Amino acid sequence: MSTSAEVLTLPSRQPRFAFIRGLRFSGFPLIPTAILLGIALVAVFANQLAPHNPEVGSLAARFKPPFWETGGTMKYLLGTDQLGRDVLSRLIFGARVSMVVSITAVLFAGVVGTTLGIISGYVGGWVDQVIMRLVDTWLALPALTFAIFLAAIVGPSMWNIVIILGITYWTRYARVIRGEVLSLKEREFVRLAIVAGCSKWTIMIRHILPNVINSAIVLGTLMVGVVIITEATLSFLGVGVPPPQPAWGLMLSDGKQSLMVGRWWLTVLPGCCIMLMVLSANILGDWLRVKLDPQLRQL
Amino acid sequence: MKQFIIKRVSYCLLSLFLLSLTIFFFVRVTGDPAALLVEPGASPDDIAAIHHQFGLDRPLVVQYALFMQSVLTGDLGQSFYYRTPVLELYWSRLPYSVMLATAAMTFSLLLGIPSGILAAVRVGRFWDSAGKVFALLGLSLPSFWVGLVLILVFSVYLGWLPSSGAGTPLHLLMPAFALGWYFAASHMRLTRSSMLEVLGSEYVKLARLKGLPEALVIAKHAFKNALIPVLTLAGINFVIMISVAVVVETVFAWPGVGRLLYEGIAFRDFPVVQGTVLMLGAMTVTVNMIVDILYAVIDPRIRLGS
Repeated sequence: MSTSAEVLTLPSRQPRFAFIRGLRFSGFPLIPTAILLGIALVAVFANQLAPHNPEVGSLAARFKPPFWETGGTMKYLLGTDQLGRDVLSRLIFGARVSMVVSITAVLFAGVVGTTLGIISGYVGGWVDQVIMRLVDTWLALPALTFAIFLAAIVGPSMWNIVIILGITYWTRYARVIRGEVLSLKEREFVRLAIVAGCSKWTIMIRHILPNVINSAIVLGTLMVGVVIITEATLSFLGVGVPPPQPAWGLMLSDGKQSLMVGRWWLTVLPGCCIMLMVLSANILGDWLRVKLDPQLRQL
Repeated sequence: MKQFIIKRVSYCLLSLFLLSLTIFFFVRVTGDPAALLVEPGASPDDIAAIHHQFGLDRPLVVQYALFMQSVLTGDLGQSFYYRTPVLELYWSRLPYSVMLATAAMTFSLLLGIPSGILAAVRVGRFWDSAGKVFALLGLSLPSFWVGLVLILVFSVYLGWLPSSGAGTPLHLLMPAFALGWYFAASHMRLTRSSMLEVLGSEYVKLARLKGLPEALVIAKHAFKNALIPVLTLAGINFVIMISVAVVVETVFAWPGVGRLLYEGIAFRDFPVVQGTVLMLGAMTVTVNMIVDILYAVIDPRIRLGS
């Protein structure tokens, strides 16, 4: 039998943003985080760091190899491309493109997916039916082909790519967040909020959202890698970031032309940058997933 | 069961409807479709003629009905570049895509399943960690970059393998590896988790208690059951491979459907782009549906659960 003291105890509610305190830093992937921070800093200070203009080259200095190879000079540390543009400067500015595209696209997909996921899970009924059928049908389509098609139609531009990636990947958030909301809905703190007369919107924003933000962050970190690879793929195919803007995928596509004559630096270096960034984001995402959200470990 | 199939088929039709609607909608919202339907540099008179010919001055609903009518009768338009029907082009390229996907799948299963088993049997030891690194790399390296590095090493420096084209089994090796690695990673992860689950089950414990040698327990008892989810994933992945192959096919100039899509984009050959995306989408949606239904036939929990 319960005592009166127990009856009077208010049901516990998870403290908001508990995830920050919940982070235990055992096994923290220090190197990947440092790499990501490094790339972010390079992206922010690209203007100061880049030794040359990334979009203008000198045709007299075409295809210079990196400085340690014969024919290379210290003026162009990592060599030059087919238009005589400095590869190092292009890599540095390419970091900015990758960072901006990945962060904004993941945020865009996250905001749309989380919002629709919360509404779908909390409101239920026909709204839930419509949103979830949309998610199901969307998920059945081949994501990459779909993104290529959209990009080919709307034409190459960095912001078009952000919107296309957002449109392509929002469904992954919506599905997971809705599942969480369905169980949160039955918890006491939500029921109490209903009894206290909170409106649907207040409950969704003040009580549900802080509790699903964990999963959204984990999903977002894991999505960064997917988004960067998709952006690079679209740029590689010529429907992503338009030239002469320096994007890593675009550099790879240009470098492909002179691969057969052994100009390795034009393909190997941008690829290494993509790999470092995606690998770091994936390792960090895996760690966050295990730390923050036991339910997502199976993903 | 009948109800499940009806439900699943109707979802599939809904997906196809959404696909066609998206393609139709985006083409019309993002500009004048006549500009996409005529060759670049066409005169205003030609564009006006196209407007009339395709009924672009009619209401959108009528336009959509006409679009669907031609799609359903198998008319996906004519390629500007090849001057042949898009559907014909698609069917002529599909065998190459299937060949590449088969080779990539064989490779990914040959690599993914044994390494997954090894990782599950040796949890937390060297092979488990090596497998994790292999999977993480596979998921993090863009397949087209793997392809370019392979060309650099095996074609440019060593001169062992042809860098592009199709024809001999040697042509297939590098694209299959570049495409298969990513999928090998996901097959390895699933094999590992599936094996771990089976190895912890009662009947495996019983087999061990009977005194069977460990190798027999793993090979005969655990492996067979752990394989079911992996093969299901492989089935779905096979179709995804054909769609994802667009970049790998571009790198190796492999004459498959992906390359066709790339050519469509590069030559502004709009009917090819639209037709290929529509066919690839329809193929993925249909295979997903078939796998779901087959799964429900095998496992009653799925059809009852839904």
